[in-house]
Amino acid sequence: MERILFGDNQFFAVNHISDEKSRAQAMKFKSDEAIMKVLDDAIDCGIHTFMCTTHDRIAHICDIIRANPEKYKHFKIFPCMPYAHKYANAVTELGISGTLKQYVPGNFFGSLFKGGMAYLSKDYESIMELMIDAEMKMFRGLETPVIFLQNVITDLLIGLKATEILVAFHDYIKKKYNAEAGFITMNMSRLVNILEEAGVKNPIICASINKAGFRMSGGKEAYEECLRTHEFRAVAMQVLGGGAISPKEAIEYVCELPNIASILFGASSKGNIESTASYIRHFDALKKQAAAIV
Amino acid sequence: MVKVAVIGAGKMGISHISILGAHPDVDLVGICDTSKMVTDFLQKYSKIDCYSDYKKMISETRPDAVFVAVPTKFHYAMIRDILTEGIHVFGEKPLCLSPEEGKELVALAEKKKLINQVGYHNKFIGTFREVKRLLNEQAIGEVYHFTAEAYGPVVTMKKKATWRSDPKEGGGCLLDYASHVIDLVNDTLSPVQKVRSSLLKSIYSDNVEDSVYSLLELKNGLSGVLQVNWSDDTYRKMSTSITIQGTKGKIISDANELKVFFREEPNQEGYEKGWNVKNITDFQENVDFYLRGEEYSAQIDYFIDAVQGKVPNSINNFQSAWLTDNAISLIRANAN
Repeated sequence: MERILFGDNQFFAVNHISDEKSRAQAMKFKSDEAIMKVLDDAIDCGIHTFMCTTHDRIAHICDIIRANPEKYKHFKIFPCMPYAHKYANAVTELGISGTLKQYVPGNFFGSLFKGGMAYLSKDYESIMELMIDAEMKMFRGLETPVIFLQNVITDLLIGLKATEILVAFHDYIKKKYNAEAGFITMNMSRLVNILEEAGVKNPIICASINKAGFRMSGGKEAYEECLRTHEFRAVAMQVLGGGAISPKEAIEYVCELPNIASILFGASSKGNIESTASYIRHFDALKKQAAAIV
Repeated sequence: MVKVAVIGAGKMGISHISILGAHPDVDLVGICDTSKMVTDFLQKYSKIDCYSDYKKMISETRPDAVFVAVPTKFHYAMIRDILTEGIHVFGEKPLCLSPEEGKELVALAEKKKLINQVGYHNKFIGTFREVKRLLNEQAIGEVYHFTAEAYGPVVTMKKKATWRSDPKEGGGCLLDYASHVIDLVNDTLSPVQKVRSSLLKSIYSDNVEDSVYSLLELKNGLSGVLQVNWSDDTYRKMSTSITIQGTKGKIISDANELKVFFREEPNQEGYEKGWNVKNITDFQENVDFYLRGEEYSAQIDYFIDAVQGKVPNSINNFQSAWLTDNAISLIRANAN
């Protein structure tokens, strides 16, 4: 994993602190060209990994990348699935099983479950695998070395105690896509313990990690303790923590923490990408110097 | 430990089950749902006993509290049964399909001295709580108008019928989306007492309204506008906001951002003359377990605390949810 990962929230009107800003972003990134322009800016700033949701529009971005193999030969994508809102609206209307019946490709339900038979573990895992394959279609031919499960699903499964499904995701990603599984979560410490108990070694876990303590369930201190004492590769997201702290101070905090493999951030302009990336490189260099002196 | 059972494992039910499953003071003793795919999953992975008959579940598991997350038309009968058994209830919103049914449940919960709460989660969102605090301190002087709005992309094309498209089962934008906004008005400003004029418009649905426009009068004499549309796909997800105008300033708030304008230097700490922009990060406290939003966990934490006698049963109780049911009924009567 690269140290700096570029995120996609800004492209799809996801803004956790302002509905107004999210509207402005929806307008700004109406065209695929506008998105590509910013991705090219990120590449110019030395960031070659794009971590993105399996949103319909990402399929178009993938088409553009595939059409320019030379230009994007070092470019990697970390898909994050599923794009939950697509399913959430369907669940409201059709219920959970109705939604799965609508979205799981092929004739899985028609052929197997006509007579009210009991569902077996392998059935749920097959449903999951079919859905992963459907979400992964848009990335065919592109490099996707890490594939993430979105936090709404990871966290739902944590609460439901369905650890086996988390492990099945991890194993299937390795087996089918020869990639590493990642988990996005808002409950980092909890997930680290669960995966450790389940025997998943050195997992990739993406969570909100910021000086403000925003969306760090169980508290900032618990997160810091977990980073110090457990073996996993953390990807820090929401590092600016809603903007209550200056970007410089925010990045300094994250760079000084142990065990942070990568830092994920999104931005809409080249200036903002440059300044955040340069803070990360600056504080990383300071940390390295300090370590050398010790 | 509080023994909890859940009826209904749909979108809200499954979210409640996950949050309850992670709660340190909760022992999930039973789940009732009609979908075998869902109950087999919960039985297998979550190791919780599942039922298809809620009465059987209650008699076998003897829970201290039950969550009811089923279509609205079933709320009244189920909640009445549960209260009669002497069990605390958390119900999904809206409370009932008619104010008469709701009134009966309010009285029954009161008589049996049971904890009762409804899932109007906006009251657990930091920005809206701050709006209420500012209004209680009369920060923007005498309030003379409000606009309460919600928009989102629920029904954006003609589709086949489900319970959400049948008004008799609790379908429609008024009961589903607008109820959240009305509840917010009732709580932050004053309960809706009279409806001057209302329009219920269908856009894509055949049998129910997809948008609600209404002029409301509140108990404290204030009047304002309600404007809700669940067929607006310029919004990625539901967005609820309230704008309040007063003689000394103005408040605009949604779940993420609070903007306050003061005409003069205010007495409130952390605010100054002119525009003040604050974000949810300034107000929201972390929860122990997060799923979908702090407010969903916070409302459950509050309910479980109330069952344990740690907090009063004052936020989102049946009485406050009844005020919202009543306003819904006034709006519908006025529009017809």
